[in-house]
Amino acid sequence: MNSMQLVTPAIGLMFWTIVIFILLLLILKKFAWKPILKAVDDRNRSIKDALSSAEKAKEEMEQLSADNDKILSEARIERDSIIKEAREIKEKTISEAKSKATKEAEKIIIDAKQQIKNEQMKAMIELKNEIADISIQMAEKILKTELKDAKSQKKLIEKDLKNQMN
Amino acid sequence: MFAFSLKKTLLSTAFFALIISSSFASKEVSIESQTYNPVPSIMHHISDSHEWHLWGEGDQSFSISLPIILYSNSFHFFMSSAFRHDENAKHIVTSKESKFVNLHGKIYELDSGETELVFDQEHQLLNASIPLDFSITKNVASMLIGLVLLLLVFIISGFKAKKNNGAPSGMLSFLEPIVLFVRDDIVKPNIGKQYKKFLPYLLTLFFFILINNLLGLLPGSANVTGNIAITLVLSCITLIVTNLSGNKSYWGHIFNPPGVPLALMPIMIPIELVGIFTKPFALMIRLFANISAGHIIILSLISLIFMAQSGLGNIAAWGLSPVAVIFVLFMDLIEVLVAFLQAYIFTLLTSLFIGLATVEHH
Repeated sequence: MNSMQLVTPAIGLMFWTIVIFILLLLILKKFAWKPILKAVDDRNRSIKDALSSAEKAKEEMEQLSADNDKILSEARIERDSIIKEAREIKEKTISEAKSKATKEAEKIIIDAKQQIKNEQMKAMIELKNEIADISIQMAEKILKTELKDAKSQKKLIEKDLKNQMN
Repeated sequence: MFAFSLKKTLLSTAFFALIISSSFASKEVSIESQTYNPVPSIMHHISDSHEWHLWGEGDQSFSISLPIILYSNSFHFFMSSAFRHDENAKHIVTSKESKFVNLHGKIYELDSGETELVFDQEHQLLNASIPLDFSITKNVASMLIGLVLLLLVFIISGFKAKKNNGAPSGMLSFLEPIVLFVRDDIVKPNIGKQYKKFLPYLLTLFFFILINNLLGLLPGSANVTGNIAITLVLSCITLIVTNLSGNKSYWGHIFNPPGVPLALMPIMIPIELVGIFTKPFALMIRLFANISAGHIIILSLISLIFMAQSGLGNIAAWGLSPVAVIFVLFMDLIEVLVAFLQAYIFTLLTSLFIGLATVEHH
Protein backbone atom coordinates (compact mmCIF):
# COMPACT_ATOMS: atom_id res chain seq x y z
CA MET A 1 0.00 0.00 0.00
CA ASN A 2 1.29 3.36 -1.03
CA SER A 3 1.48 5.82 1.86
CA MET A 4 0.73 8.64 -0.54
CA GLN A 5 -2.72 7.14 -0.88
CA LEU A 6 -3.47 8.37 2.62
CA VAL A 7 -3.18 11.99 1.51
CA THR A 8 -4.67 11.56 -1.94
CA PRO A 9 -8.33 12.51 -1.91
CA ALA A 10 -10.56 10.10 -3.79
CA ILE A 11 -12.97 11.76 -6.22
CA GLY A 12 -15.85 9.40 -5.50
CA LEU A 13 -15.57 9.90 -1.76
CA MET A 14 -15.52 13.67 -2.22
CA PHE A 15 -18.59 13.46 -4.41
CA TRP A 16 -20.52 11.44 -1.85
CA THR A 17 -19.35 13.68 0.99
CA ILE A 18 -20.72 16.74 -0.82
CA VAL A 19 -23.99 14.96 -1.56
CA ILE A 20 -24.42 13.69 1.99
CA PHE A 21 -23.42 16.96 3.62
CA ILE A 22 -25.72 19.08 1.48
CA LEU A 23 -28.58 16.62 1.98
CA LEU A 24 -27.97 16.71 5.71
CA LEU A 25 -27.82 20.50 5.70
CA LEU A 26 -31.07 20.93 3.77
CA ILE A 27 -33.06 18.38 5.74
CA LEU A 28 -31.77 19.39 9.16
CA LYS A 29 -32.27 23.06 8.39
CA LYS A 30 -35.94 22.49 7.69
CA PHE A 31 -36.79 19.77 10.18
CA ALA A 32 -34.38 20.30 13.04
CA TRP A 33 -32.61 23.65 13.35
CA LYS A 34 -35.64 25.78 12.55
CA PRO A 35 -38.10 24.13 14.98
CA ILE A 36 -35.52 23.61 17.72
CA LEU A 37 -34.19 27.16 17.62
CA LYS A 38 -37.70 28.52 17.30
CA ALA A 39 -38.79 26.51 20.33
CA VAL A 40 -35.82 27.84 22.29
CA ASP A 41 -36.51 31.41 21.25
CA ASP A 42 -40.20 31.02 22.03
CA ARG A 43 -39.38 29.60 25.42
CA ASN A 44 -36.95 32.41 26.14
CA ARG A 45 -39.59 34.91 25.14
CA SER A 46 -42.29 33.27 27.24
CA ILE A 47 -39.96 33.12 30.25
CA LYS A 48 -39.12 36.77 29.80
CA ASP A 49 -42.82 37.61 29.43
CA ALA A 50 -43.70 35.56 32.48
CA LEU A 51 -41.02 37.29 34.52
CA SER A 52 -42.06 40.74 33.43
CA SER A 53 -45.74 40.03 34.03
CA ALA A 54 -44.90 38.68 37.47
CA GLU A 55 -42.99 41.88 38.12
CA LYS A 56 -45.96 43.85 36.89
CA ALA A 57 -48.33 41.85 39.09
CA LYS A 58 -46.05 42.48 42.03
CA GLU A 59 -46.07 46.18 41.31
CA GLU A 60 -49.84 46.10 40.97
CA MET A 61 -50.11 44.29 44.26
CA GLU A 62 -47.94 46.91 45.90
CA GLN A 63 -50.01 49.63 44.29
CA LEU A 64 -53.16 47.87 45.46
CA SER A 65 -52.01 47.55 49.03
CA ALA A 66 -50.88 51.15 48.98
CA ASP A 67 -54.34 52.07 47.70
CA ASN A 68 -55.89 49.96 50.42
CA ASP A 69 -53.86 51.73 53.04
CA LYS A 70 -54.84 55.04 51.56
CA ILE A 71 -58.50 54.11 51.51
CA LEU A 72 -58.27 52.79 55.03
CA SER A 73 -56.63 55.90 56.33
CA GLU A 74 -59.13 58.05 54.46
CA ALA A 75 -61.92 56.01 55.96
CA ARG A 76 -60.41 56.44 59.38
CA ILE A 77 -60.16 60.20 58.89
CA GLU A 78 -63.71 60.29 57.67
CA ARG A 79 -64.90 58.22 60.58
CA ASP A 80 -63.13 60.56 62.97
CA SER A 81 -64.62 63.59 61.30
CA ILE A 82 -68.08 62.04 61.31
CA ILE A 83 -67.78 61.24 64.99
CA LYS A 84 -66.53 64.73 65.68
CA GLU A 85 -69.35 66.27 63.72
CA ALA A 86 -71.86 64.07 65.46
CA ARG A 87 -70.47 65.11 68.81
CA GLU A 88 -70.60 68.73 67.80
CA ILE A 89 -74.16 68.32 66.61
CA LYS A 90 -75.06 66.58 69.81
CA GLU A 91 -73.53 69.29 71.96
CA LYS A 92 -75.08 71.99 69.85
CA THR A 93 -78.43 70.30 70.04
CA ILE A 94 -78.15 69.88 73.75
CA SER A 95 -77.06 73.46 74.33
CA GLU A 96 -79.70 74.75 71.96
CA ALA A 97 -82.27 72.70 73.69
CA LYS A 98 -81.03 73.91 77.01
CA SER A 99 -81.09 77.56 76.03
CA LYS A 100 -84.45 77.15 74.39
CA ALA A 101 -85.80 75.47 77.47
CA THR A 102 -84.35 78.18 79.67
CA LYS A 103 -85.84 80.83 77.47
CA GLU A 104 -89.14 79.05 77.46
CA ALA A 105 -89.05 78.68 81.18
CA GLU A 106 -88.20 82.32 81.63
CA LYS A 107 -90.94 83.26 79.27
CA ILE A 108 -93.35 81.02 81.12
CA ILE A 109 -92.24 82.51 84.40
CA ILE A 110 -92.56 86.06 83.05
CA ASP A 111 -95.96 85.23 81.63
CA ALA A 112 -96.94 83.63 84.84
CA LYS A 113 -95.76 86.64 86.80
CA GLN A 114 -97.58 88.96 84.44
CA GLN A 115 -100.67 86.88 84.71
CA ILE A 116 -100.34 86.78 88.45
CA LYS A 117 -99.93 90.55 88.43
CA ASN A 118 -102.88 90.94 86.14
CA GLU A 119 -104.92 88.59 88.24
CA GLN A 120 -103.82 90.48 91.34
CA MET A 121 -104.72 93.70 89.71
CA LYS A 122 -107.98 92.36 88.57
CA ALA A 123 -108.59 90.91 91.98
CA MET A 124 -107.62 94.22 93.54
CA ILE A 125 -109.99 96.15 91.31
CA GLU A 126 -112.68 93.67 91.96
CA LEU A 127 -111.93 93.82 95.64
CA LYS A 128 -111.93 97.58 95.51
CA ASN A 129 -115.17 97.59 93.67
CA GLU A 130 -116.52 95.03 96.07
CA ILE A 131 -115.28 97.03 99.02
CA ALA A 132 -116.74 100.20 97.47
CA ASP A 133 -120.01 98.43 96.94
CA ILE A 134 -119.92 96.95 100.40
CA SER A 135 -118.91 100.38 101.78
CA ILE A 136 -121.74 102.07 99.91
CA GLN A 137 -124.14 99.39 101.08
CA MET A 138 -122.78 99.68 104.57
CA ALA A 139 -122.90 103.42 104.35
CA GLU A 140 -126.42 103.21 103.05
CA LYS A 141 -127.27 100.82 105.90
CA ILE A 142 -125.51 103.01 108.40
CA LEU A 143 -127.13 106.09 106.97
CA LYS A 144 -130.48 104.35 107.05
CA THR A 145 -129.96 103.35 110.64
CA GLU A 146 -128.39 106.66 111.70
CA LEU A 147 -130.92 108.82 110.01
CA LYS A 148 -134.01 106.76 110.69
CA ASP A 149 -135.38 109.28 113.01
CA ALA A 150 -135.02 112.89 113.59
CA LYS A 151 -133.28 112.48 116.85
CA SER A 152 -130.39 110.61 115.44
CA GLN A 153 -130.17 113.13 112.53
CA LYS A 154 -129.88 115.89 114.98
CA LYS A 155 -127.30 114.06 117.05
CA LEU A 156 -125.17 113.58 113.94
CA ILE A 157 -125.36 117.13 112.90
CA GLU A 158 -124.36 118.18 116.30
CA LYS A 159 -121.51 115.80 116.34
CA ASP A 160 -120.32 117.19 113.02
CA LEU A 161 -120.72 120.64 114.11
CA LYS A 162 -118.82 119.83 117.24
CA ASN A 163 -116.01 118.38 115.23
CA GLN A 164 -115.95 121.39 112.88
CA MET A 165 -115.82 123.73 115.77
CA ASN A 166 -112.82 122.09 117.19
CA MET B 1 -4.37 21.58 17.80
CA PHE B 2 -1.90 20.51 15.21
CA ALA B 3 0.71 20.63 17.92
CA PHE B 4 -1.49 18.34 19.95
CA SER B 5 -1.57 15.70 17.24
CA LEU B 6 2.15 16.10 16.67
CA LYS B 7 2.70 15.55 20.35
CA LYS B 8 0.61 12.41 20.21
CA THR B 9 2.59 11.09 17.28
CA LEU B 10 5.88 11.85 18.99
CA LEU B 11 4.70 10.24 22.19
CA SER B 12 3.59 7.11 20.47
CA THR B 13 6.84 6.89 18.54
CA ALA B 14 8.86 7.28 21.71
CA PHE B 15 6.73 4.69 23.44
CA PHE B 16 7.25 2.29 20.59
CA ALA B 17 10.97 2.80 20.53
CA LEU B 18 11.10 2.14 24.25
CA ILE B 19 9.12 -1.08 24.11
CA ILE B 20 10.87 -2.42 21.09
CA SER B 21 14.40 -1.53 22.19
CA SER B 22 13.97 -2.86 25.72
CA SER B 23 12.16 -6.10 25.07
CA PHE B 24 13.73 -7.00 21.78
CA ALA B 25 17.28 -5.93 22.50
CA SER B 26 18.68 -9.42 22.83
CA LYS B 27 16.94 -10.76 19.76
CA GLU B 28 17.59 -7.93 17.38
CA VAL B 29 18.71 -10.13 14.55
CA SER B 30 15.70 -12.34 14.60
CA ILE B 31 13.32 -9.38 14.83
CA GLU B 32 14.35 -8.22 11.41
CA SER B 33 13.15 -11.36 9.76
CA GLN B 34 10.28 -12.53 11.93
CA THR B 35 8.56 -9.63 13.63
CA TYR B 36 5.04 -8.90 12.66
CA ASN B 37 4.95 -5.68 10.68
CA PRO B 38 1.92 -3.64 11.84
CA VAL B 39 2.16 -0.95 9.16
CA PRO B 40 0.19 -2.65 6.35
CA SER B 41 -2.69 -3.65 8.59
CA ILE B 42 -2.78 -0.24 10.24
CA MET B 43 -2.76 1.48 6.87
CA HIS B 44 -5.46 -0.90 5.73
CA HIS B 45 -7.59 -0.05 8.74
CA ILE B 46 -7.39 3.70 8.36
CA SER B 47 -7.86 3.67 4.58
CA ASP B 48 -11.10 3.60 2.69
CA SER B 49 -12.17 0.28 1.24
CA HIS B 50 -14.67 -1.09 -1.25
CA GLU B 51 -15.94 -3.65 1.22
CA TRP B 52 -16.65 -3.38 4.92
CA HIS B 53 -14.21 -5.86 6.36
CA LEU B 54 -15.14 -7.13 9.81
CA TRP B 55 -12.93 -10.12 10.61
CA GLY B 56 -10.91 -12.95 9.09
CA GLU B 57 -8.13 -13.03 6.56
CA GLY B 58 -8.08 -13.63 2.82
CA ASP B 59 -10.77 -16.02 1.57
CA GLN B 60 -11.99 -16.64 5.11
CA SER B 61 -12.60 -13.00 5.83
CA PHE B 62 -16.08 -11.83 6.66
CA SER B 63 -17.02 -8.54 5.17
CA ILE B 64 -20.13 -6.63 4.21
CA SER B 65 -20.39 -6.31 0.47
CA LEU B 66 -20.86 -2.75 -0.74
CA PRO B 67 -22.04 -1.49 -4.11
CA ILE B 68 -19.40 -0.48 -6.63
CA ILE B 69 -20.29 2.26 -9.09
CA LEU B 70 -17.77 2.98 -11.84
CA TYR B 71 -17.82 5.25 -14.82
CA SER B 72 -15.73 4.75 -17.90
CA ASN B 73 -17.65 5.48 -21.09
CA SER B 74 -20.69 4.00 -19.35
CA PHE B 75 -21.77 3.28 -15.78
CA HIS B 76 -20.96 -0.09 -14.20
CA PHE B 77 -22.72 -1.40 -11.12
CA PHE B 78 -21.81 -4.50 -9.18
CA MET B 79 -21.26 -5.55 -5.58
CA SER B 80 -17.82 -5.62 -4.05
CA SER B 81 -18.27 -9.31 -3.29
CA ALA B 82 -17.60 -9.89 -6.99
CA PHE B 83 -13.90 -9.39 -6.24
CA ARG B 84 -14.02 -12.15 -3.59
CA HIS B 85 -11.86 -10.22 -1.11
CA ASP B 86 -9.10 -9.99 -3.72
CA GLU B 87 -6.94 -6.87 -3.49
CA ASN B 88 -4.01 -8.11 -5.54
CA ALA B 89 -5.48 -7.74 -9.02
CA LYS B 90 -5.90 -11.51 -9.36
CA HIS B 91 -9.65 -11.76 -9.72
CA ILE B 92 -11.12 -10.14 -12.81
CA VAL B 93 -14.69 -8.83 -12.70
CA THR B 94 -16.37 -8.40 -16.06
CA SER B 95 -19.15 -5.85 -16.41
CA LYS B 96 -20.56 -4.82 -19.81
CA GLU B 97 -17.45 -6.25 -21.51
CA SER B 98 -15.16 -4.15 -19.34
CA LYS B 99 -12.73 -5.99 -17.07
CA PHE B 100 -11.96 -4.65 -13.61
CA VAL B 101 -9.41 -5.67 -11.05
CA ASN B 102 -8.85 -4.47 -7.48
CA LEU B 103 -5.26 -3.65 -6.58
CA HIS B 104 -4.72 -2.51 -2.98
CA GLY B 105 -8.24 -1.17 -2.79
CA LYS B 106 -8.06 0.74 -6.05
CA ILE B 107 -10.06 -0.41 -9.06
CA TYR B 108 -8.42 -0.55 -12.48
CA GLU B 109 -10.01 -1.22 -15.82
CA LEU B 110 -7.92 -3.56 -17.93
CA ASP B 111 -7.48 -2.64 -21.56
CA SER B 112 -9.31 -4.96 -23.92
CA GLY B 113 -7.58 -8.28 -24.37
CA GLU B 114 -5.41 -7.94 -21.26
CA THR B 115 -5.72 -10.40 -18.38
CA GLU B 116 -3.19 -9.04 -15.92
CA LEU B 117 -1.94 -5.63 -14.75
CA VAL B 118 1.48 -4.84 -16.12
CA PHE B 119 3.74 -2.20 -14.62
CA ASP B 120 7.01 -0.89 -15.92
CA GLN B 121 10.05 -0.50 -13.72
CA GLU B 122 8.93 2.89 -12.41
CA HIS B 123 5.59 1.43 -11.34
CA GLN B 124 3.77 3.12 -14.18
CA LEU B 125 0.66 1.33 -15.31
CA LEU B 126 0.97 0.10 -18.88
CA ASN B 127 -2.18 -1.74 -19.83
CA ALA B 128 -5.01 -0.40 -17.73
CA SER B 129 -6.88 2.82 -16.99
CA ILE B 130 -8.45 4.14 -13.82
CA PRO B 131 -12.25 4.55 -14.09
CA LEU B 132 -14.12 7.24 -12.18
CA ASP B 133 -15.00 5.53 -8.95
CA PHE B 134 -18.28 6.60 -7.33
CA SER B 135 -18.57 3.44 -5.26
CA ILE B 136 -20.39 3.36 -1.97
CA THR B 137 -17.19 2.62 -0.12
CA LYS B 138 -16.82 1.88 3.57
CA ASN B 139 -16.48 5.59 4.32
CA VAL B 140 -19.52 6.50 2.25
CA ALA B 141 -21.51 3.75 3.95
CA SER B 142 -20.35 5.00 7.33
CA MET B 143 -21.32 8.55 6.40
CA LEU B 144 -24.74 7.28 5.31
CA ILE B 145 -25.16 5.59 8.69
CA GLY B 146 -24.18 8.87 10.32
CA LEU B 147 -26.65 10.68 8.08
CA VAL B 148 -29.47 8.32 9.03
CA LEU B 149 -28.62 8.59 12.73
CA LEU B 150 -28.50 12.39 12.64
CA LEU B 151 -31.71 12.64 10.65
CA LEU B 152 -33.49 10.22 12.95
CA VAL B 153 -32.37 11.91 16.12
CA PHE B 154 -32.83 15.48 14.96
CA ILE B 155 -36.07 15.07 13.05
CA ILE B 156 -37.63 13.45 16.12
CA SER B 157 -36.25 16.29 18.25
CA GLY B 158 -37.49 18.82 15.71
CA PHE B 159 -41.00 17.42 15.87
CA LYS B 160 -40.83 17.39 19.63
CA ALA B 161 -39.70 20.99 19.65
CA LYS B 162 -42.54 21.95 17.34
CA LYS B 163 -45.16 20.16 19.39
CA ASN B 164 -44.06 20.99 22.90
CA ASN B 165 -44.00 24.55 24.12
CA GLY B 166 -42.77 23.77 27.60
CA ALA B 167 -39.48 22.35 28.78
CA PRO B 168 -37.57 20.05 26.39
CA SER B 169 -37.96 16.35 27.07
CA GLY B 170 -36.25 13.14 26.07
CA MET B 171 -33.74 13.32 23.27
CA LEU B 172 -34.32 17.03 22.80
CA SER B 173 -33.28 17.78 26.35
CA PHE B 174 -29.91 16.17 25.61
CA LEU B 175 -29.40 17.73 22.18
CA GLU B 176 -30.71 21.19 22.92
CA PRO B 177 -27.84 22.21 25.22
CA ILE B 178 -25.36 21.12 22.53
CA VAL B 179 -27.22 23.07 19.86
CA LEU B 180 -27.33 26.08 22.18
CA PHE B 181 -23.65 25.64 23.00
CA VAL B 182 -22.82 25.79 19.29
CA ARG B 183 -25.05 28.82 18.85
CA ASP B 184 -24.13 30.80 21.95
CA ASP B 185 -20.50 29.84 22.49
CA ILE B 186 -19.18 29.17 19.00
CA VAL B 187 -21.20 30.97 16.38
CA LYS B 188 -22.55 34.09 18.11
CA PRO B 189 -19.30 35.39 19.63
CA ASN B 190 -17.34 34.86 16.41
CA ILE B 191 -19.75 36.03 13.75
CA GLY B 192 -21.73 38.63 15.62
CA LYS B 193 -24.96 40.19 14.49
CA GLN B 194 -25.54 38.28 11.26
CA TYR B 195 -24.89 34.87 12.78
CA LYS B 196 -28.37 33.59 12.00
CA LYS B 197 -27.63 33.22 8.30
CA PHE B 198 -24.73 30.84 8.95
CA LEU B 199 -26.17 28.97 11.91
CA PRO B 200 -27.76 26.04 10.00
CA TYR B 201 -24.53 25.39 8.12
CA LEU B 202 -22.36 25.56 11.23
CA LEU B 203 -24.70 23.39 13.28
CA THR B 204 -24.78 20.80 10.52
CA LEU B 205 -21.00 20.97 10.23
CA PHE B 206 -20.53 20.46 13.96
CA PHE B 207 -22.86 17.49 14.21
CA PHE B 208 -21.61 15.95 10.95
CA ILE B 209 -18.03 15.98 12.19
CA LEU B 210 -19.03 14.89 15.67
CA ILE B 211 -21.12 11.90 14.61
CA ASN B 212 -18.46 10.73 12.17
CA ASN B 213 -15.72 11.16 14.77
CA LEU B 214 -17.73 9.12 17.23
CA LEU B 215 -18.77 6.46 14.73
CA GLY B 216 -15.09 6.13 13.80
CA LEU B 217 -14.31 5.10 17.37
CA LEU B 218 -16.50 2.01 17.23
CA PRO B 219 -14.57 -1.20 16.62
CA GLY B 220 -14.68 -2.24 12.96
CA SER B 221 -15.88 1.16 11.84
CA ALA B 222 -14.55 3.41 9.12
CA ASN B 223 -12.06 6.24 9.53
CA VAL B 224 -14.33 8.90 8.04
CA THR B 225 -13.10 12.19 9.44
CA GLY B 226 -9.53 10.88 9.20
CA ASN B 227 -9.88 10.70 5.45
CA ILE B 228 -8.40 13.58 3.51
CA ALA B 229 -11.14 13.59 0.86
CA ILE B 230 -13.82 14.28 3.48
CA THR B 231 -11.87 16.93 5.36
CA LEU B 232 -11.00 18.47 1.98
CA VAL B 233 -14.67 18.77 1.08
CA LEU B 234 -15.55 20.24 4.47
CA SER B 235 -12.76 22.79 4.31
CA CYS B 236 -13.65 23.64 0.69
CA ILE B 237 -17.20 24.41 1.84
CA THR B 238 -15.71 26.65 4.53
CA LEU B 239 -13.56 28.33 1.86
CA ILE B 240 -16.54 28.94 -0.40
CA VAL B 241 -18.86 30.14 2.38
CA THR B 242 -16.19 32.43 3.82
CA ASN B 243 -15.29 34.05 0.51
CA LEU B 244 -18.85 34.34 -0.77
CA SER B 245 -19.85 36.13 2.42
CA GLY B 246 -16.71 38.31 2.40
CA ASN B 247 -17.61 41.99 2.46
CA LYS B 248 -15.87 45.05 1.04
CA SER B 249 -13.45 45.44 3.92
CA TYR B 250 -12.46 41.75 3.73
CA TRP B 251 -11.48 42.06 0.08
CA GLY B 252 -10.01 45.48 0.81
CA HIS B 253 -7.67 43.86 3.31
CA ILE B 254 -6.54 41.39 0.68
CA PHE B 255 -6.08 43.61 -2.36
CA ASN B 256 -5.22 46.82 -0.56
CA PRO B 257 -3.81 45.94 2.87
CA PRO B 258 -4.08 49.06 5.01
CA GLY B 259 -0.84 50.63 6.18
CA VAL B 260 1.33 48.76 3.71
CA PRO B 261 3.72 50.85 1.58
CA LEU B 262 3.07 50.69 -2.13
CA ALA B 263 6.43 49.06 -2.77
CA LEU B 264 5.44 46.06 -0.65
CA MET B 265 2.14 45.51 -2.44
CA PRO B 266 3.53 43.01 -4.95
CA ILE B 267 4.60 40.86 -1.99
CA MET B 268 1.67 41.47 0.33
CA ILE B 269 -1.13 40.81 -2.13
CA PRO B 270 0.10 37.30 -3.07
CA ILE B 271 0.64 36.54 0.61
CA GLU B 272 -2.91 37.64 1.39
CA LEU B 273 -4.23 35.63 -1.53
CA VAL B 274 -2.39 32.54 -0.32
CA GLY B 275 -3.81 33.28 3.10
CA ILE B 276 -7.31 32.71 1.74
CA PHE B 277 -6.35 29.12 1.05
CA THR B 278 -4.04 28.37 3.96
CA LYS B 279 -6.79 28.83 6.53
CA PRO B 280 -9.10 26.11 5.17
CA PHE B 281 -6.04 24.03 4.29
CA ALA B 282 -5.04 24.05 7.95
CA LEU B 283 -8.59 23.00 8.84
CA MET B 284 -8.37 20.09 6.43
CA ILE B 285 -5.02 18.88 7.77
CA ARG B 286 -5.96 19.40 11.41
CA LEU B 287 -9.05 17.23 11.36
CA PHE B 288 -7.50 14.58 9.10
CA ALA B 289 -4.28 14.35 11.13
CA ASN B 290 -5.92 14.33 14.54
CA ILE B 291 -8.41 11.62 13.79
CA SER B 292 -5.97 9.51 11.78
CA ALA B 293 -3.32 9.87 14.47
CA GLY B 294 -5.76 8.68 17.11
CA HIS B 295 -6.65 5.65 15.03
CA ILE B 296 -3.01 4.89 14.33
CA ILE B 297 -2.10 5.05 18.00
CA ILE B 298 -4.92 2.72 19.02
CA LEU B 299 -4.09 0.28 16.22
CA SER B 300 -0.41 0.44 17.08
CA LEU B 301 -1.11 -0.37 20.71
CA ILE B 302 -3.16 -3.38 19.66
CA SER B 303 -0.45 -4.39 17.20
CA LEU B 304 1.99 -4.49 20.11
CA ILE B 305 0.38 -7.75 21.19
CA PHE B 306 0.98 -9.35 17.81
CA MET B 307 4.48 -7.93 17.63
CA ALA B 308 5.20 -9.49 21.01
CA GLN B 309 3.73 -12.77 19.86
CA SER B 310 5.87 -12.94 16.75
CA GLY B 311 8.98 -11.68 18.50
CA LEU B 312 8.77 -13.21 21.99
CA GLY B 313 6.12 -15.89 21.84
CA ASN B 314 2.62 -16.44 23.11
CA ILE B 315 3.34 -15.93 26.80
CA ALA B 316 4.80 -12.50 26.21
CA ALA B 317 1.80 -11.64 24.07
CA TRP B 318 -0.60 -12.68 26.83
CA GLY B 319 1.48 -10.76 29.33
CA LEU B 320 1.49 -7.66 27.23
CA SER B 321 -2.16 -7.74 26.27
CA PRO B 322 -3.57 -6.32 29.57
CA VAL B 323 -1.12 -3.44 29.31
CA ALA B 324 -2.07 -2.84 25.71
CA VAL B 325 -5.77 -3.05 26.56
CA ILE B 326 -5.41 -0.50 29.34
CA PHE B 327 -3.51 1.82 27.03
CA VAL B 328 -6.10 1.38 24.30
CA LEU B 329 -8.88 2.09 26.76
CA PHE B 330 -7.08 5.23 27.86
CA MET B 331 -6.55 6.28 24.25
CA ASP B 332 -10.18 5.57 23.41
CA LEU B 333 -11.29 7.89 26.19
CA ILE B 334 -8.93 10.56 24.90
CA GLU B 335 -10.34 10.00 21.43
CA VAL B 336 -13.86 10.60 22.68
CA LEU B 337 -12.63 13.93 23.98
CA VAL B 338 -10.83 14.58 20.70
CA ALA B 339 -14.00 13.74 18.77
CA PHE B 340 -15.81 16.56 20.54
CA LEU B 341 -12.79 18.82 20.52
CA GLN B 342 -12.15 18.53 16.80
CA ALA B 343 -15.80 19.08 15.92
CA TYR B 344 -15.69 22.13 18.20
CA ILE B 345 -12.47 23.46 16.71
CA PHE B 346 -13.51 22.98 13.10
CA THR B 347 -16.78 24.79 13.76
CA LEU B 348 -15.10 27.46 15.87
CA LEU B 349 -12.47 28.25 13.25
CA THR B 350 -15.01 28.21 10.43
CA SER B 351 -17.19 30.69 12.30
CA LEU B 352 -14.09 32.73 13.11
CA PHE B 353 -13.17 32.91 9.41
CA ILE B 354 -16.73 33.84 8.50
CA GLY B 355 -16.69 36.42 11.27
CA LEU B 356 -13.46 37.92 9.95
CA ALA B 357 -14.89 38.06 6.44
CA THR B 358 -18.16 39.69 7.48
CA VAL B 359 -17.06 42.02 10.27
CA GLU B 360 -17.89 45.69 9.73
CA HIS B 361 -14.88 47.94 10.15
CA HIS B 362 -15.51 51.39 11.43
